[in-house]
Amino acid sequence: MIYFDNAATTCVSKTALDAMMPALTENYGNPSSLHLLGQTSNQALDEARQTVAKCLGAQPNEIYFTSGGSEADNWAITQMALQGQKKGKNHLITTTFEHHAVLHTMKRLEKNGFEVTYLDVHEDGVVRPEDLEAAIRPETALVTIMYANNEIGTIQPVEELAKVCHDHKVLFHTDAVQAVGHLPIDVKAQGIDMLSLSGHKFHGPKGVGALYCRRGVRLTNFIEGGAQERNRRAGTENLPGICGMAAALQEACDNMEENNARVSAMRDKLIAGITPIPCTRINGSLEHRLPGNVNASFEGIEGESLLLRLDLAGICASSGSACTSGSLDPSHVLLAIGTPVEVAHGSLRLSLDEVNTMEEVDYCLEQLPKIVELLRSMSPVWEQMQKEGRC
Amino acid sequence: MSGGVDSSAAALMLSDLGYEVLGVTLHLYDNETIGLESRTCCSLDDVEDARRTCWSLGCKHFTLNRKELFLNEVITPFVSTYQQGHTPNPCIDCNRQVKIPALYRFMREMSGEVFATGHYVRVEHTADGRHLLKKGLDAKKDQSYMLYTMTQEQLAHAVFPLGEFTKEQIRQFAQEKQLTSAHKPDSQDICFVPDGDYVDFLTRHTGHAPEPGPFLNPEGKVIGTHRGYVGYTIGQRKGLGVPAASRLYVYEKDPETNIVRLGEEFRIYRQELDANRVNFIGMDSISQPIRCKAKIRYHHAEQPCTVVQTGADSIHVTFDEPQRAIAPGQSLVLYDGDYVLGGGTIL
Repeated sequence: MIYFDNAATTCVSKTALDAMMPALTENYGNPSSLHLLGQTSNQALDEARQTVAKCLGAQPNEIYFTSGGSEADNWAITQMALQGQKKGKNHLITTTFEHHAVLHTMKRLEKNGFEVTYLDVHEDGVVRPEDLEAAIRPETALVTIMYANNEIGTIQPVEELAKVCHDHKVLFHTDAVQAVGHLPIDVKAQGIDMLSLSGHKFHGPKGVGALYCRRGVRLTNFIEGGAQERNRRAGTENLPGICGMAAALQEACDNMEENNARVSAMRDKLIAGITPIPCTRINGSLEHRLPGNVNASFEGIEGESLLLRLDLAGICASSGSACTSGSLDPSHVLLAIGTPVEVAHGSLRLSLDEVNTMEEVDYCLEQLPKIVELLRSMSPVWEQMQKEGRC
Repeated sequence: MSGGVDSSAAALMLSDLGYEVLGVTLHLYDNETIGLESRTCCSLDDVEDARRTCWSLGCKHFTLNRKELFLNEVITPFVSTYQQGHTPNPCIDCNRQVKIPALYRFMREMSGEVFATGHYVRVEHTADGRHLLKKGLDAKKDQSYMLYTMTQEQLAHAVFPLGEFTKEQIRQFAQEKQLTSAHKPDSQDICFVPDGDYVDFLTRHTGHAPEPGPFLNPEGKVIGTHRGYVGYTIGQRKGLGVPAASRLYVYEKDPETNIVRLGEEFRIYRQELDANRVNFIGMDSISQPIRCKAKIRYHHAEQPCTVVQTGADSIHVTFDEPQRAIAPGQSLVLYDGDYVLGGGTIL
């Protein structure tokens, strides 16, 4: 089996698992307990916090552990919005191609009286700082723009966007779930006020993430209860998860340069091999792109069938985002960059990372064109396109 | 797979026969499309039941998004047929344009050999290469009326495991095998009009309520006010709200003038009809007039008639006896004994 769905989740690395095991076995103490076992756990928790902070260029007291990226997004956005509302600020800015954790939070805030501006992400999937500047108003409470897109992998000019925000004294949050562990991040140098991350996107375990919140930004409580996470988020900490995530992040950051060189070479080979397939486009900027992301649309076919055929060929990939029933809607990200609905239906995301090999890329390039051809030969849409001389 | 007992039982039977089964559920509409507020995408519990059944058989399950197709090919024609004063049969349109083509295409895309559904019908392959559709063995459950639009190509690859059984047998089988869907009630209504109130659906879909208009008697005299012509069906007697000495029936509707005509029972009988969008199964075409039986709606006892082909996809049918309430928009299906000869949409 070839796993090209690393943007969905990654396998837990040996390093991460080794870091988790003590907390799952002998060091089972509650970090809040005062006895030796509790202290041991609390020390492990603190070390994990230091590690995560260091990898982001932050201070340990600026890191709040959460259940994942979605929780961190919800926390940051709703709390900052509500604080803004108290000061009469009821305007929020985001983009059209955010993760649903952001978009659906925005929808809920809109129902509660907020006005939200959704910035255009242009055909290349990159937000323009001047568009942001034009959208900011005196009543803007928060700007949230993702660091790198989860579907098309485009990297945003975060530093410039943060600067625009600070020039106008507006807070800047970024959903960096796809970027952390894959791109060099320094929250201080880049001027990021708040950042969300998720452990399982860089070989940590699932169900754990973190919110970075700059000192001086007042973060209100998200879960009421005990004193965990500086009183902000109650509930006994997911210590195994937190230790695993921290170790995975450390490992990812230590090897980042080397990994990215390998992964981007595989990505470029895939893109070069896919591009010659007729009526095919690569979605999103080729220049500002995550090292492991390939996103292509094949006209005339359904993404669902393509995924299932690839699955039969032993290749795990993804397309759009599945609803609860498991059925695929055309990706809101592809629609946001102006892809026609019928083209968006036939899209494919291959997301690679350092555990993949060139041999796997070669196998995929051998299978994919054949599958596309097979599915097109059964597609009424493709037949129609042929008749009309398109393609 | 709808998640109901029939499709689940069909999957189980095929799996028992040694087929490698892929379960498919079609996602046809969102709850907001059908006026429900819940944010879940569709009848999620049913999808989960279908999925669980598949997993318990060790099969994969997939949900295919056919919302756009369903909107264009089923819901939109449903609305416009009512607006024309006719009576649509959306289940037949769905089988014709969405369900069967989607399954057939998916079967080919996955390099499958056959596709199956939980319909109570049978298929027979003749020595001379025709693929015939036959009524299900259970006369009460027979669904051949719903599938007369199937092409030869589709029938060649179709398997209907329930066709040889009665509904009772299937329920018992499902119970014995402890299928989660064994005790689920049969679906009765049109899936996208779950409360059966199609007028309310039309109102929501078009954004305006039907306009009241006059009931006229056969002499052209106004005898009452109706709530909008779309809400009445040819042959309808109940719920008219017009006091009269003798029983009155809806016998004509005119969408142009919003007039609904009421009259005596004899007026709702017709002996002849024309049908278009014809699909033949038992033969390629009719060169000479043929004698057979025909149904003008799902729950109709088939009646003897003579059929003449009048065009590439149109026929003229003369019944031996006048038939009650022939409703344009419904399907006419021709039978020779247990075999479906073909059918079309009543004009």
